[in-house]
Amino acid sequence: MSSVSIKPDIIRRLEAVRPRLAIRAGLISTIRAFFSANGFLELNTPVVIKAPAPEEYIEAPPGGGGFLRSSPELEMKCMLAAGYEKIFQIGACFRQGEYGRKHRPEFTMLEWYECGAGYMDLARFTENMLCSVAHTLCGGSSLQFNGHNVNLTGAWEYLSVGDAFNKYAGTDMYEALKNDSFDELMVLEIEPRLGLDRPVFLFDYPAERAALARLKPDNENVAERWELYVGGLELANAFSELTCREEQRRRFAASRTWRAAEGYAEYPQNDDFFAALDYGIPESSGCALGIDRLAMVFCDADDISEVTFPVDQT
Amino acid sequence: MFSTSDLRKGLKIEIDGQPWVITEFEFCKPGKGTALYRCKMKNMITGGGSEKTYRPSDKIDKPDLSESETYYSYADGDFFVFSDSETYEELRVHKEKMGDKAYFLLEESMCKILFFNGEPIDIELPNFIEKQIIETEPGARGDTATNVTKPATLDNGYELQVPLFINQGDVIKIDTRTGDYVERVNKA
Repeated sequence: MSSVSIKPDIIRRLEAVRPRLAIRAGLISTIRAFFSANGFLELNTPVVIKAPAPEEYIEAPPGGGGFLRSSPELEMKCMLAAGYEKIFQIGACFRQGEYGRKHRPEFTMLEWYECGAGYMDLARFTENMLCSVAHTLCGGSSLQFNGHNVNLTGAWEYLSVGDAFNKYAGTDMYEALKNDSFDELMVLEIEPRLGLDRPVFLFDYPAERAALARLKPDNENVAERWELYVGGLELANAFSELTCREEQRRRFAASRTWRAAEGYAEYPQNDDFFAALDYGIPESSGCALGIDRLAMVFCDADDISEVTFPVDQT
Repeated sequence: MFSTSDLRKGLKIEIDGQPWVITEFEFCKPGKGTALYRCKMKNMITGGGSEKTYRPSDKIDKPDLSESETYYSYADGDFFVFSDSETYEELRVHKEKMGDKAYFLLEESMCKILFFNGEPIDIELPNFIEKQIIETEPGARGDTATNVTKPATLDNGYELQVPLFINQGDVIKIDTRTGDYVERVNKA
């Protein structure tokens, strides 16, 4: 029995977060069961990696003798090339300098890949998974989040990025790219209006924002990529994966040039990933979903700190 | 200069030669896009509000702000004269900068003066002062309700609302931040 009569801050905070950590645990176990039932293999790729993907706005912090992964993407794609057709993992990812109500430099990611699936197949799969999880966890067909009653069981909304810019920002998405206001309009004008009464898949990003998505075969101005929003909160990002090695090399080279010009760290080249690309990564799609964000939605939490172990900003 | 990683609620920054305090701050980052730092802010001179969104590479000016602890000495025409509690230097604040706070200045009371580029821009008085009512309608005896009020005037002409039971000559406590009646201290 403790003799301390005043509760230390950490004990008080841990006691307060307990009901929400229980919901979070329920989410994770339900998601695991869903993937398992759908024939996915759960695995863990290394957290400490030698060569993160060079991306424009994502920084993997140095650590553990290499880098703490910002995403398990390249390693999981090596597994696709080796014939693992349906894989998922849940684990910590790291993004240096990202701290806010919806961001932490360390967060938990659910990432999965499926060979033979297109990005829209993944959207339907995600819809089924989240409906199933909600049904199992709360037996309900809707979620109260951020002041909105988000209906899960009706048809989910599919809105192209181009239409979203016209509808909510009153401008053309290519125009926004040209005058360098794409991200500001997305954050200030578009995101707050997404997924308020039902979840929305924002799809077909301009090719400039393709990341590692393949371009649409019948319209190379856009990439086969979507993001899922619920109650204004971005939950997941998915692609039809880019499997063309020349195009992949070209994009990484462009990212490296941009990163060097902006003064960001130079990452070693990921030789395994390029060897896998050369060997052949099959047509596939993948999705990354933020578990902390999903827990925010299920707990109607306004800040990520309400659904995680209490950590102060360092 | 501040960098965007310094931005947080409460930080004081300078934009176009004006000092601002950040009242709300949010880190935003659209998927695969640049980090954005959303700030809501209040102008420290005019009190007006504004919003600004910064990108990671932006640099933000640091305002030249300083604070002095002073004692109020006397009024001199359009100016109020304070004496720095450490250096005894005389500091003069124009009555326009004081606004209604001028009514609550008591001799020798300790006041904090905030300077921007050497110019006084804000003054913080003791939170509560006591003042005598010199004029109000006669009190309604036995009426202790505090939600029904009537006008009353202080010796310096400041008018405020007081409960019905307050009489001429009563000493009351006033909150200098709002200018409102708090309680009765002494009955006349």
